[in-house]
Amino acid sequence: MIDPDRPAPEAFLPAAQAEGRGKLKVFLGAAPGVGKTFEMLTEGAQKLKAGIDVVIGVVETHGRADTEALTRPFETIPRRVTEHSIRALDEMDLDAILARAPRLVLVDELAHSNAAGSRHPKRYQDVEELLDAGIDVWSTINVQHIESLNDVVASFTRVRVRETVPDRMLEEAELEVVDIPPDELIERLKDGKVYVPAEATRALGHFFSKTNLQALRELALRRAAQAVDTQMLDHLKAHTLGGSFAAGERVLVAVSELPNAPELVRSAKRLADALKAPWTALHVETPRSRALGPDEQARLSATLALASQLGGATASIPATSVVEGLRSYAVEARITQIVIGKSARSWWFELRHGSVVDRLVRGIGDVAVHVLPAAAVPGGDRPVRAAAQGLVWRDYLSAGAMVAAMTLLGLFVSRWISLNSVDMLYLVPVFAAASLYGLRAGLFTGVVSALAYNFFFLPPLYTFTIADPQNAVTVVVLLGVAVAASQLANGIRVQADLATRSARHNAALAGFSRQLTGVATLEELGQAMCAEFARMFEVRAILLSNAGGLLKIVAASPPEDRLGPVEMAAAQWVADKGQAAGRGADTLTAADWLFQPLASGGVTRGVIGLSRDDGRDPLRADQLPLLASLLDQAALAAERIRLEGEMAGIAALEQRDRLRAALLSSVGHDLRTPLTTILASAAALRQRHEDPAFEALEAETQRLSRFVANLLDMARIEAGALRLAVQSVDLTDAVASAVHDARGALAGHAINLEVPCDLPLVRVDPQLFHHCLLNLLDNAGKYGDDGSPVTIATSRNPDELVLKVLDIGDGLPSEMAQKVFETFARVEGSDRGKAGTGLGLAIVKGFAEAMGLRVSAGNRDDGRGAYFALHIPADLLVRVREAA
Amino acid sequence: MTAAKILVVDDEAAIRRLLRGALERGGYAVVEGTNARDALASLGIDKPDVVLLDLGLPDRDGLELIPLIRSKSSARIIVVSARDDTQEKVAALDLGADDFVTKPFDTDELLARVRTSLRHTLSSEAGAPVVTLGDIVIDLARRRVTLAGAELRLTPKEYGFLGELAKRPGRVLTHVQLLRAVWGPAHDSDVEYLRVVVRSLRQKLGPGGMALIRNEPGVGYRLG
Repeated sequence: MIDPDRPAPEAFLPAAQAEGRGKLKVFLGAAPGVGKTFEMLTEGAQKLKAGIDVVIGVVETHGRADTEALTRPFETIPRRVTEHSIRALDEMDLDAILARAPRLVLVDELAHSNAAGSRHPKRYQDVEELLDAGIDVWSTINVQHIESLNDVVASFTRVRVRETVPDRMLEEAELEVVDIPPDELIERLKDGKVYVPAEATRALGHFFSKTNLQALRELALRRAAQAVDTQMLDHLKAHTLGGSFAAGERVLVAVSELPNAPELVRSAKRLADALKAPWTALHVETPRSRALGPDEQARLSATLALASQLGGATASIPATSVVEGLRSYAVEARITQIVIGKSARSWWFELRHGSVVDRLVRGIGDVAVHVLPAAAVPGGDRPVRAAAQGLVWRDYLSAGAMVAAMTLLGLFVSRWISLNSVDMLYLVPVFAAASLYGLRAGLFTGVVSALAYNFFFLPPLYTFTIADPQNAVTVVVLLGVAVAASQLANGIRVQADLATRSARHNAALAGFSRQLTGVATLEELGQAMCAEFARMFEVRAILLSNAGGLLKIVAASPPEDRLGPVEMAAAQWVADKGQAAGRGADTLTAADWLFQPLASGGVTRGVIGLSRDDGRDPLRADQLPLLASLLDQAALAAERIRLEGEMAGIAALEQRDRLRAALLSSVGHDLRTPLTTILASAAALRQRHEDPAFEALEAETQRLSRFVANLLDMARIEAGALRLAVQSVDLTDAVASAVHDARGALAGHAINLEVPCDLPLVRVDPQLFHHCLLNLLDNAGKYGDDGSPVTIATSRNPDELVLKVLDIGDGLPSEMAQKVFETFARVEGSDRGKAGTGLGLAIVKGFAEAMGLRVSAGNRDDGRGAYFALHIPADLLVRVREAA
Repeated sequence: MTAAKILVVDDEAAIRRLLRGALERGGYAVVEGTNARDALASLGIDKPDVVLLDLGLPDRDGLELIPLIRSKSSARIIVVSARDDTQEKVAALDLGADDFVTKPFDTDELLARVRTSLRHTLSSEAGAPVVTLGDIVIDLARRRVTLAGAELRLTPKEYGFLGELAKRPGRVLTHVQLLRAVWGPAHDSDVEYLRVVVRSLRQKLGPGGMALIRNEPGVGYRLG
């Protein structure tokens, strides 16, 4: 037995192989232009400096001078020129490198295909040969050239590359991700700094879209992370750091010619991946399998080919039975996990022969046997009920035949045995019919048997009359047996049916949910859903998204870009009502499709449509619960995607706001610093010289300074960059400090304060509120008549507290009362040449509204001037608590 | 008495030149620093009485510098900032700055602030137990306040508040500093308490009360 703490022997294999072999390091990039070659050359140059023998095998400079310059320090092995049919192609000279035998060789573009006539068709094969020769190799690759990711990349970039490198190359390599942000890459592309292969130029714009680049980048990073993961697992295995890794699991999957075999192979692969175990697909050649038809043979070899394509080993051994073959192979190859399919044989068959599973489990002690229900395969499911109904007359016929046979047998044996034993013979057809064909057939057989028994054996013979009451009991017993046997058989059949169905249900759900965890957009979700539904139910599937009641086709499998008017109407109805409609539902049954809502959070986010080409209902009744569960999962995934999108949106908004605020603050800083110097210098000059020019200089600088402050405030309002820090503020306090700070602007005006001390506190941002008051006072000082008083008064009404600043002067023209708070609104025809920017009141409005206040303006009741008011709603008022 | 020494820390040469001129005309000795390192070095060498500190320094956030200066020297710190940001002011004061001035500033105003902060230094040295502001006299030793000779009846909280401000006339105390000193650390966000006490104090102090207790919106209060 394997010692659990000892490293599994195969764990040493990679390391042992690596001993004499060169090491491979691969620079992995998301897209052309990220700088893989550059990075490889730069790091290579360091090795060179460290005294290591590094040569260039092949580096594609694409005629770029800076790359060219990087290659200069290295010795470059000249390329070999191959005479191609049309043009001369030069390829890496493998033999020259092998002859030169450097310590490390740089080989660009691992995925490159060699010209015809080269030793290997692919460059990675050259690299393998170099590694085998003990030469270390550094190479570069873009993520879309990795075989296992090729499909994924093509699915969203719509650019398929034909040159791929098998994953195993990367699994043994050290990976280094060369990464630059997508924006930078797009920039480099625009600057013409990216070499693009000719065949890709067509799809360039699409391929280099930001979303694609982000996705590619993520793939590259993920692939690298996965490599680290695998290497760490290998390390763990080699050092038995984790007991669970030392077990040395080996997976075996038994394949047959049956159509469910590919599914078995995929399951085995998943199991093996999860266990990090090697796996083998085994076909056991039994006498029966030698008699396979050509179709079945083809299917079998396709299955084996699939297995090796998925990275498994394949084997075929002859044996007298499948179980025998599996058992001997499993023991020999120290298999720990066996995957087999549950045969679609009948309960009856297995009762007689014992299932393969049972015999297998009995045969080998310590292996885990995974049995996959045959019904997990689409089409493998036998529609039991339909068959039972369709074939009912045949059941009765065979039941009748059995009774007839028994009667003949009874007539034959009754010469030697007693009459009482003959009735026992009839139990056989009754039992058989009841268990095979169900209750009705069983009862039918019981009645027929009783009649036959009565007619042929009971005196008076050849009549249906029963003379002896004891014989009546026989009839009753026969009927009772029929009922009991059919019940028993039925129960077992139903249970088996249920088990199969729930296993299938669970398998489908698990598979689907695994798929859904990977999707990142609604479109991907749609594609995954449609593909999965189409596969699972053998239907055509289509998904429509519901955006504000407008349906749009998101995905379909097989591809489909339109629906008929009847179908669209049905889909629309589903979207509106959130209930199923169409074929097989209760509503709008004229449609060829069945539509089901995809709802999350009480909102119908989409509609899924299913239809079948053969004109049957898209789904059987027993498939509906499965569909409902699948839709629930899909809806959850849709909800997750939506929330992720919202989060990203919020993050982006926050980021933008932060940027704006930072920008404004830095612009503010840059403007204020020189203003400070100018202002102070002007003040100093004015103090020292009695020149009106210096007075004007100081006054104008102050005005400029105020103007800049206003502009910055306005910009903050318009950028939405106001950040409120709300506090309870006493209006008396606020007014007092505003009057203090506005004393310059109010010079020459008397101040009347009509602010009672028992006002409630108000919940505002003190700084913004202060600014509002300052600007209102400034405005009053500017437009009020010289020497006139400025009044600050408050008034209460149930809804709000109003704070007014009143001046005495020309007042406002009536049409201005509305417009005065707009940006750059100034009273027309005002010929007094008041200095102002028309921003002050707009700022008051902006700040006030940001705090939830309202502004208004008008003329005083007594008509002597204008008023400007801040309306503070009642919900911003705080009743004063007595201080402790 | 030798001239008080002012350390001007600002990375803008123009501002330093300007402040040097204004301060020297005001009779002070001036030393300059262009960054945080200079400023910290100068503390030990020049032993300034007042530091005019710009918060936007190239090598370090000016806010971080305040506690460092506090720990090394008894110099008064007046923050000079181009950002009109209430939270920054509060942070600077809570960290131990004595006052702040926002750019663009008025030179006279700045000189007045410098004088005020120097007076703090002198008064704290003398332990001046009596503060007189117009006809209001606050006797810190005997915990008495008189208005035009008549004693005012103040509640303990009212006196606590007024006394706290009177210890450093002209200097801004933040809401948090006042609440901690008078109500204790558990109440340092109950700004309403302050509003109520200020309101009743103003009523008791009469017409001069409005001007005496000055509100710095969103920041705190100062006396005079």
